Amino acid sequence: MMLGTVLLAACLLCGRCLGESLARALGIDGDVGGVGFAMVALMLGTAVVRRCGLDSAAFRAGLGYWAGMYIPIVVAMAATQNVVAALRGGWVAVLAGGVAVFVAFAAVPLLAGRPTESVGSMGE
Amino acid sequence: MAHLIDGLAATLGKESIVTGLLFLGAVMAFAGFVSHRWTGGRLHASAIAIALGLMAALGAGLVTSGSRGMADVAGFGGLAILGGATLRDFAIVATASSSRFEELIVAGPRGMLALLCGVCGAFALGGMVAYGCGYRDPIDLATIGGGAATYIVGPVTGAALGAGSEVIALAVATGLVKSILVMLLTPTVARLIGLNRPAAAIVFGGLMGTTSGVVAGLAATDAKLVPYGALTSAFYTGLGCLLGPSLIIAVLRALLAHQ
Repeated sequence: MMLGTVLLAACLLCGRCLGESLARALGIDGDVGGVGFAMVALMLGTAVVRRCGLDSAAFRAGLGYWAGMYIPIVVAMAATQNVVAALRGGWVAVLAGGVAVFVAFAAVPLLAGRPTESVGSMGE
Repeated sequence: MAHLIDGLAATLGKESIVTGLLFLGAVMAFAGFVSHRWTGGRLHASAIAIALGLMAALGAGLVTSGSRGMADVAGFGGLAILGGATLRDFAIVATASSSRFEELIVAGPRGMLALLCGVCGAFALGGMVAYGCGYRDPIDLATIGGGAATYIVGPVTGAALGAGSEVIALAVATGLVKSILVMLLTPTVARLIGLNRPAAAIVFGGLMGTTSGVVAGLAATDAKLVPYGALTSAFYTGLGCLLGPSLIIAVLRALLAHQ
C-alpha cells in the first residue's frame, strides 16, 4: 500500500524539482511543467514496478486511493474559488475570459485532427 | 443540550479537514442523486458536484465577503487544504498511473503546437478585448491579455511590467471567469468538439491552460482524460509567465508605436 503512495510522492517531488529548475534556468519565478514531468515519471515508475514484479493489489490501491480522491478534491477547489471577484470584475473580465474560452474550444478540433489518428481510438 | 451543541461546533472547527471531507461527501452524494434521478445520468455527477462547489463558493463569498469561498466559513477552513495546490497536484499525478505513454508520444507535437497557440491566442484575444474597452497602454493590454491566459499569468506579467493594481485585479478576474467557464462548459461542448480521446485532451489542455478549469472540466466529462489534459496545461502558466513580460510586451509596444 505504502509503495504506491511513496512512488507517487517521489514522482511529484522529482517533477516539481525539475519544473522549478527549468523555471530558474529560464529566469522566471515558479514552476514550468512540474506536474507534467511528475506524471511522465509516474508512468515510467509504474512500468518499472511492473517489470520488477512488485505490482500487487496493495500497490495499485496506494495509487488508486489518490486517483479516486481526485474529483472530491476538485470540488473542494471549486468551492474555495473567489467566484464573487470573478463576477465583480465587470464586463472586461467576463468578455476577455469568455472570448478566450470560446475560441479555444473552437480550436480543439482544428488542432486535434481526425479521431482515427489516435492510438487505440475506436474510429468512427 | 446546549453543551452538546457547543461541543459539536468546537469539534467541527478544530477538525476542519474532517468537516471538509464530510462536506465533500455530502456534495458528491447529492450530486450523484441529482444526476441519477433528475437527469437520468445524462449530466455527469462530477459536473453537478463542481457546479455545486462553485455555487457554494459564490454564496459563501457574498455572506463572508472573503476571497476563499467556503474556506472562509467558520468550520470549513479545511476545504482550503483539501482543494489547495498540494493535494490537487498529488491527485492529478496519481490519475496518470492509468494513462498510456504511447498516447503521449503520438500527441506530443500537436500538444506543443496547442500550447504555443493557446498562450499567444489568449494574450491576443484578451489584449484585443481590452483595446476594444478603451485600454491603450501596452502594459495594461499585456496584463489583461495575461489574465485571459490564466489568473496567474496576468498578475505575474502585470507585476513584472509595473501595471496598476486595478488592472492586475481585472486580470485576476478575467482568469477566474475563464477557469469557471471551462469548468462549467467543458462537459456540455465536449461532444461537439470531439473531446473524447487522449489526443484531443492533450490539445485541449494546451489550448486552455487553466489547470483548475481543464482538470475540473475533463473530470466532469470523462475522468480518463484528466491526466492528458493536465499534462499540457502544466506547462501553460510557466510559458505564459515567460512570454508575457518578454516577447508579448515587445510585440504590443511595436504594434502600438506604429499607430
